Amino acid sequence: MAEQYSSFQRGGTRWVLQRLTAVFLIGVLAFHFMLLHFVNHAADITFLGTQARMSQVGYFATMWLFLVTATFHGVNGVYNALINMGLEGSRKRAVGGVLALAGLLLILQGTRVAIAMTNLL
Amino acid sequence: MSQSYDRGTIEDFGRWRDFSAGMWAWVFHKFTGWVLIGYLFTHIAVLSTATAADPTVYTNTISGLEDLLIVRLLEVGLLAVAVFHILNGIRLLFVDLGMGLTAQDKTFYLSLVLTGAIVVASVPTFVGGKL
Repeated sequence: MAEQYSSFQRGGTRWVLQRLTAVFLIGVLAFHFMLLHFVNHAADITFLGTQARMSQVGYFATMWLFLVTATFHGVNGVYNALINMGLEGSRKRAVGGVLALAGLLLILQGTRVAIAMTNLL
Repeated sequence: MSQSYDRGTIEDFGRWRDFSAGMWAWVFHKFTGWVLIGYLFTHIAVLSTATAADPTVYTNTISGLEDLLIVRLLEVGLLAVAVFHILNGIRLLFVDLGMGLTAQDKTFYLSLVLTGAIVVASVPTFVGGKL
């Protein structure tokens, strides 16, 4: 019989954001794989090639949004998986804080890396 | 008219032989999700070589990693994980929109078959190169 399993409480803000980011990530993750493994072979990636791509405003913006949405989607997914496994109370708040901090640091470092790759700024 | 069955707690992996297609989809989606977020942190760490003053550090790091067969094989694994997560994610989005719930077991099998086909077709591109 048809059954549905989800780690999320349907209808919540994080539930909606998880799905909205999923829609964006489906396209961008597939594009990322295609561009950097099939159009350009991974072994042939050079700093100059990366810089040429990252110096296009549209590409830079897409990759930065990719970083932010993937980080949110991944960290939010981990948080919900842990809640699903019974995390609650002060441990839930502590884990939520650590995950939020880890996500923020990843976005900051990813932004730093993206800026280093571009000559737009 | 759908009926519901008490299949027990999905986290009780000891009874995996009793898992239905939907439960396997849930387990695989969780597993692939954990791999992908783990990879994202690793990916940014490797790409951080771009912040070095000498641009050859970035180029040589990527080239050095791609020279290793084990890295290229792991990339095939990453592709498999990403493709399944994408296809099953599309399946979940449709179910959330109220479409395909009654065929959710078939669409799970379809996700697996398509993942297998895409990964097998991609092996030459990923593994080939500087052996």
